[in-house]
Amino acid sequence: MPVLTAVARTPEGFLENVGDWDKELALELAVESGIPTLTDRHWLVVDYMRTTFLAKGDGPTIRTLGKESGVAIKELYLLFPKGPAKLAAKIAGIPKPHGCI
Amino acid sequence: MTTPFLHGAHAAVADTPITKVSIIVSKGSLEGIYPALILANGARMEGIEANVFFTFFGMDAINKARHDHIKVATVGNPGLHLATWLGGFPGMSSLVTAQMSKSMEKLDIPPIPEFIEMIADSGAKLYACKASVEMFDLERKDFIDQVDSIITVGDFYQMAGGGQIIFT
Repeated sequence: MPVLTAVARTPEGFLENVGDWDKELALELAVESGIPTLTDRHWLVVDYMRTTFLAKGDGPTIRTLGKESGVAIKELYLLFPKGPAKLAAKIAGIPKPHGCI
Repeated sequence: MTTPFLHGAHAAVADTPITKVSIIVSKGSLEGIYPALILANGARMEGIEANVFFTFFGMDAINKARHDHIKVATVGNPGLHLATWLGGFPGMSSLVTAQMSKSMEKLDIPPIPEFIEMIADSGAKLYACKASVEMFDLERKDFIDQVDSIITVGDFYQMAGGGQIIFT
């Protein structure tokens, strides 16, 4: 089981290698990002981010996230107050989203 | 030695991060409104508090009757590289707007009404300018529900305190 201190990360704290990720690591990343526990709603978003990235090579836009993850924009910001796309990407172990939207 | 251009996850992180922005939207054309919306949405995505203050023709973006009919200005817009006489042709503004909307849809940039709703849902606060509302003889009911209130310029400065102001 990898621990956060043992994996390579970008200066902003994103995992360097998508393959290093597991659910334990996600919890550690969440705590570090100010989210003490991951509820089922958090997991819905995190899983969606990861699945989208693995399928398409980039994380979804906030618009797509709000439409397709099963969690609407309002709730996304309640779950990830410091920025849903960015934080959910970090917790999902994928790179920071590249787009402006 | 030249400094390499930094981008994405490797961009330099400033010592004092921005925590709040208040964005003024003063123009009513499509190209006048979108930059402000992208900035507001982008701020919220970074966890930055955002206020958007609509003034003068910028209020069209939150006007129920108008926000779904915002067009690119095809006359007097050198950026389009279109002859002025051609830009004035009937339907030209609609044509260019349709083309631009198509390109934006490809990038997953929403149409203005949806974008504003997204921004409001993200927790940004939307305001209309009192002086402009009076000047154009408008009322609260002319604006979309997401508008928080109609405020004076003094209120705006108070609200913007401690953050950055961006005029567009």
